[in-house]
Amino acid sequence: MSDGGLPTGGPSARKLVEVRNLKMHFPIYAGLFRTRVGEVKAVDGVSFDIYEGETLGLVGESGCGKSTCGRAVLRLYEPTSGSIRIDGREIATAGFETLRKMRPTMQMVFQDPQASLNPRMTVAAIIGEPLDEHTSLSKAEKLARIYELMDAVGLNRNFANRYPHAFSGGQRQRIGIARALALNPRFIVCDEPIAALDVSIQAQVVNLLEELQEKLGLTYLFISHDLSMVRHIADRVAVMYLGKIVELAPRDALYARPLHPYTQALLSAVPEPDPNIEERRRRIILRGDVPSPANPPKGCNFCTRCPKVMPVCRDVEPAFAEVEPGRFTACHLYDATIMKTAGETAAPEAQSTSDKVQQGA
Amino acid sequence: MPDGATSVLDVRDLKTVFRTRSGEVHAVNSVSFHLRPGELLGVVGESGSGKSVTMMSLLGLLPSPPAEVREGQVMFEGKNLLRCTEDHLRSVRGARIGFVFQDPMTSLNPVFTVGFQLREPLMKHMGLSKSAAQKRAAELLDLVGIPDARRRLGDFPHQFSGGMRQRVMIAIALACDPKVLIADEPTTALDVTIQAQILELVRDLRQKLGMAIVWITHDLGVIAGIADRVMVMYGGQVAEQAPVKDLFANPQHPYTRALLRTIPHVTGARAEKLNVIEGQPPILYRHPEACPFAARCPQAFDRCLRQNPPRIPVAAAGHDVACFWDFATGAPRDV
Repeated sequence: MSDGGLPTGGPSARKLVEVRNLKMHFPIYAGLFRTRVGEVKAVDGVSFDIYEGETLGLVGESGCGKSTCGRAVLRLYEPTSGSIRIDGREIATAGFETLRKMRPTMQMVFQDPQASLNPRMTVAAIIGEPLDEHTSLSKAEKLARIYELMDAVGLNRNFANRYPHAFSGGQRQRIGIARALALNPRFIVCDEPIAALDVSIQAQVVNLLEELQEKLGLTYLFISHDLSMVRHIADRVAVMYLGKIVELAPRDALYARPLHPYTQALLSAVPEPDPNIEERRRRIILRGDVPSPANPPKGCNFCTRCPKVMPVCRDVEPAFAEVEPGRFTACHLYDATIMKTAGETAAPEAQSTSDKVQQGA
Repeated sequence: MPDGATSVLDVRDLKTVFRTRSGEVHAVNSVSFHLRPGELLGVVGESGSGKSVTMMSLLGLLPSPPAEVREGQVMFEGKNLLRCTEDHLRSVRGARIGFVFQDPMTSLNPVFTVGFQLREPLMKHMGLSKSAAQKRAAELLDLVGIPDARRRLGDFPHQFSGGMRQRVMIAIALACDPKVLIADEPTTALDVTIQAQILELVRDLRQKLGMAIVWITHDLGVIAGIADRVMVMYGGQVAEQAPVKDLFANPQHPYTRALLRTIPHVTGARAEKLNVIEGQPPILYRHPEACPFAARCPQAFDRCLRQNPPRIPVAAAGHDVACFWDFATGAPRDV
């Protein structure tokens, strides 16, 4: 995991976000004297890059640390260790004032549009709050900007003085998006922006996010547990399990031929809305539950549920390495030296030439 | 239309209204459906489409006021559940009709052990002694795939994970060997890998126990995998009803068609742009005189705004749709 192992992008691809070995541990206190008895390793050594103008999908089950990771990247938490560079500037250790000046470039859209909008503020006040904080626009200029933002996300200007409760879930999410756009950010973390919405509304919000990306050249970190939606919106996808990224690959390659056994199981578990496909599908059913991040297993995090587990997995933690151009995974199955000593051939390697993958961005 | 003699559950013209401060909300409007022995009926719809309220109305599970089941007939074992005594209803609920709720976190009582909650229906409905109930409870936990069942009976709900809690809920619903199991979004709160486990369990239990199941969900993928027959609900009405393969291969209602096009897939070709259903679902402040989908429907014409379409049978057996537009001919239906 030395340099975070990332694809070398094309000539025009510029890394906007570089995360290296990010760790976010939360302490556990217990007993009468509230002594520290351990820590929840919510994010445990995660490295990835996001190229300018691309969408990186971050998927995983609940409790795998994907939201924590997204928040830590914007330093809404104080990371335990690691480095985060956004547009070449270090975020993880920046002081309060420096960080505040950087805030306009990086914004967030939250999961629950109900809880992330202040019920006592009007839509205009919510969208205008970042402008109050970070700009010195006059009242009229501010209002013009608010109207412009409402137009951009498809909200009727006449509703500017209404309160969030008067809007439906999809419209509330649009308010959240308008607020995130207010300061012309370059990087937006979308933390499950569609999870709370109905299917017919989800598509509206996803299309809006895509249009805005095209128009404004935004870069997204799109966090979601919905694998089919991520397949639609993301250029590259990172799969998390128990605080670690187990696989990172360009979207088409990942969905066509997942490498890590966890990704394989995850994809096979997604139900397809087609009874003919469902009939023929062979599912990989994982046994048991995700172990507690306070007490992760020794060796590979996935070894307790992995259908392809080997003795070495329970002992040695696999490195997150590039196994094919642009494709990274943390699994011993793709480690040539380990597979040789195990007396087996590294079969998946053979296919790599036939399936040239596209580089990021 | 349903053949009453062969159905375990036969619902006709069910109508449920909520009285709120801002007026009446007509949540369920003339819903009719039937359930054959051993079949799995999938009910799909967005939130607010009336799918849960329909099922809760059947067993009188809605608080009244504000809810009021105004019309309809629910025939189960020769009795109308909407007109029977509270005692009879109580003897049906949890005994011959089991219910699994959406959220396994809130539907188990946190201050009683799982064993207690499993024994309760067994002792109440089946008249088992405590020790016999304990034995049966352990069997049930074992049946739903909870390891070390006997020991876990003494555990409290918080000691189980989400997927395990949903298994406990299913075990409680199955305790008295019901003829009908109603599952209201049982996997929505769970992760996909856990959802796959639960779906596998339900497929397995159906083979073993052979009960009829009503499975409520908003996930068409889940429906495609487990249902025999599907009922699509919109605006408190049944928009379309068909055998599962027929529905996915040949959807007749514009809403069903739009819904199938709007969801992305994990396999197959990837669309450049997602198809969108414009607009919002309706809030029904009065009895619908027009088609509830008309405002969002690309096929809507003048009749849709004047008249609420009845359920019209279409070519394939057991397939009906509440729509005046015929996609086969590209013209309004002649009804």
